[in-house]
Amino acid sequence: MVIGSVETLIQLAHENHSSIGLAMVKQEAAAKQCTEAEVLQQMNKNWQVMKESIATGIKTPQRSKGGLIGGEGRKVYDYCRSGEKLLSGSNVMEAVSYALAVAEVNATMGRIVACPTAGSCGIVPGVLKKIQELEQLTDEQIAVALMTCAGFGMVIAYRASVSGAVGGCQAECGAAAAMAAAAAVELRNGTPEQAGQACAMVLKNVMGLVCDPVAGLVEVPCAKRNALGASLAMVMADLALAGVTSVIPADEVITAMGAVGRSLPDSLRETARGGLAVTPTGLKLHQKIFG
Amino acid sequence: MSEYSCFDIIGPVMVGPSSSHTAGAVRLGRFARAIAGELPQQVEILLHGSFAKTYKGHGTDLALLGGMLGMETDDVRIRDSYRLADEAGLRYQFVPADLGDGYHANTAKFVMTTAAGETKTVVGCSVGGGKVLITELDGFPVEIEGMYPTIIDTHLDQPGVIHCITGVLMAYQVNIATMKVFRQEKHTVAYMVLETDQEVTAEAIEKIAALEPVLQVKFIKPF
Repeated sequence: MVIGSVETLIQLAHENHSSIGLAMVKQEAAAKQCTEAEVLQQMNKNWQVMKESIATGIKTPQRSKGGLIGGEGRKVYDYCRSGEKLLSGSNVMEAVSYALAVAEVNATMGRIVACPTAGSCGIVPGVLKKIQELEQLTDEQIAVALMTCAGFGMVIAYRASVSGAVGGCQAECGAAAAMAAAAAVELRNGTPEQAGQACAMVLKNVMGLVCDPVAGLVEVPCAKRNALGASLAMVMADLALAGVTSVIPADEVITAMGAVGRSLPDSLRETARGGLAVTPTGLKLHQKIFG
Repeated sequence: MSEYSCFDIIGPVMVGPSSSHTAGAVRLGRFARAIAGELPQQVEILLHGSFAKTYKGHGTDLALLGGMLGMETDDVRIRDSYRLADEAGLRYQFVPADLGDGYHANTAKFVMTTAAGETKTVVGCSVGGGKVLITELDGFPVEIEGMYPTIIDTHLDQPGVIHCITGVLMAYQVNIATMKVFRQEKHTVAYMVLETDQEVTAEAIEKIAALEPVLQVKFIKPF
């Protein structure tokens, strides 16, 4: 199945008189020659793994394989419950705590769902889990939201890239945040157009974000970029729901993001030869881990 | 990029931290195991490029070994691969190496000694998103992605052999998706890799093995 534009996603939703998520369920069932219920059941399995990864990261935080991160998700989760006044609000911060938790589980060789990649695996689960709690949604409703995410992810993969080695961090955490924002809009009963606006506004804000992992590990700054992605997704979804629109259409934003990714030097595309990776501290940590 | 399923974007379920350094590495290990036919006695794994530089931090070594032990990409026991390999009696060694120019940055070379004392080598790379490409088999250049059922055979390089092999597949209603033939020299030994749309039964593989010019044939499930 090839879905090459946000325009197409919106059109599919209109033809189906449904959300983009439900239209994607239909598309996937047709492509796979299976029932829509089977598609949702399979996606729900992925959702269960996502929820387990959140629970693991919050309940039993561990030091990462490379030793650079661990326990930050739990720290934020506890802070949310400490009675302190949260500047950004508890919904955003709890989504952030979950996103951090999943990114940490990934870094301990725990089980996660690549979404769209392992490095950006915390953003979608973090945002969707918080909205599920907030709106008391069923797992099946979240499975539909994951299909919204998949639709937007496909478009980004088609028009740009979802690989840090090809397009920098904007292609991984940026794409994940755009996917999560679009799904968040649909979970709050926004229109397909508003979902597209949320996607566009996220990607505009991460345009050019580089992939510069310290020591080449999926730890620093990856976990905190998952925090960025989750918070950005929540804020941009709210902007879209408030009726704010992107001056540049989503498909043009995605194409631009792809072009920016390709023009990034190699040193800023996952090779650990630029950015934070070559700061004095980054180099020192590299030396310490790999000798 | 061509066709995507929603589950390529939301998935796979895997153990972290990196689809290319862990999920792809597990799949390379699974393929090497399939080529050995069973758990080999010992394996030396040469790590090239980025694999050589960062394998410890990413757990690439654990993932390659986990794959050799038959684990799937989402098996949380991958963390314990060293211990489990010891328990299974597999001797292993990881060697950072420079395989030369022209190799993908995430390449591993398996040099295995089977229980029967044969040496088998597999070279493959992890190309991103958990996808892999096997590039050499016992010194022969190949291209195997492992997304389809795959038949690998060696046969005498003479007229009509491919006709006989594909004839067996036709009899078993197996459709060939892709097909590549490689050889080092004319009229010696050729290597053929066939990707099929259907599973191939053991009976069909036996029929191919029984063809006179066929030296060896192996069927490998998608890995």
